[in-house]
Amino acid sequence: MTEPAPTDTLEAPARPGGWQGFAADWSSDQRAFKNVPWGKAMVWIFLLSDTFIFSCFLLSYMTVRMSTTVPWPDTSEVFILTIGGKKYPLLLIAIMTFILISSSGTMAMAVNCGYRRDRVKTAALMVVTAAFGATFVGTQAFEWTTLILEGVRPWGNPWGADQFGAAFFLITGFHGTHVTIGVIFLLLIARKVWRGDYDRQARGFFTSRKGNYEIVETLGLYWHFVDLVWVFIFALFYLW
Amino acid sequence: MAHDDGQQLPIKLYLVVWGWLFVLSTCSFLVDYLGFEGYLRWFLILLFMIVKAGLIVGVFMHMAWERLALMYAILVPPAAVLLFVAIMAFESDYTHFTRVAFFYVW
Repeated sequence: MTEPAPTDTLEAPARPGGWQGFAADWSSDQRAFKNVPWGKAMVWIFLLSDTFIFSCFLLSYMTVRMSTTVPWPDTSEVFILTIGGKKYPLLLIAIMTFILISSSGTMAMAVNCGYRRDRVKTAALMVVTAAFGATFVGTQAFEWTTLILEGVRPWGNPWGADQFGAAFFLITGFHGTHVTIGVIFLLLIARKVWRGDYDRQARGFFTSRKGNYEIVETLGLYWHFVDLVWVFIFALFYLW
Repeated sequence: MAHDDGQQLPIKLYLVVWGWLFVLSTCSFLVDYLGFEGYLRWFLILLFMIVKAGLIVGVFMHMAWERLALMYAILVPPAAVLLFVAIMAFESDYTHFTRVAFFYVW
């Protein structure tokens, strides 16, 4: 696509009609966010909408928890890890939290290397981030398995209010899905960075457009958001 | 890339924030481990949560270095969620009241 040449004349430049005009009008020279690549503005707006989705989940959890007359299960007794006969409350959740924070740290450094167009370091740090993310999903699968074997279901559990299972599986499940999608995209983009697609302006397979290192930052925003959501789930669901 | 130089942050800043996130998460666990209850527990949990969220959005997501137009466009709308929280707290309080009043088995 070519940018329309700036014109000094007062008359408005001719604009295309029909569907082309429709697309052009919505995508043309109106810019609210200066100095921000469009991908970054768009991912921020996507994250805002995702914020609302997670907010609604946490709100429904608050609503069912506040309105039930049955006691809510004690999370430090539900989420317990037994190692060698000793019980450690919330230990698994602690491990998951530290794994996710570490992945956010490596992602931040990957973005930093991306700015400097350091191909090898960027790709390596993204793979490390993906590995942390996959470990997180693995621990979550273990957590789910343990709870399901103990009899937690979306409609009931052995310890208290029935809504506990529904809230738990929905919230952590949706978050885990986000992590999984993040891991997949991290690996895809890491591969492209590693191959040097963004250094030699190779065209993308699906979009046939030239990519650049901005995608690393865009993906980084998504990844940090996943970590951010975990901060809220951890505080409001596991600790409250 | 179309970035201003404000985005080129030293690696050290990330490491410091990373360290703080570890410390704050540990503090959150200590709240549970030391068995704080009631308002102190809720206050500390929310405090650590907000500070961690601020560090992630501000530094890791670079929001602190963005222009105000973007900052407000993204950070102001979630404030509406707080109103939603208030409405639903009121509503669930009422639901709880009706359940106790009409369905409670003495």
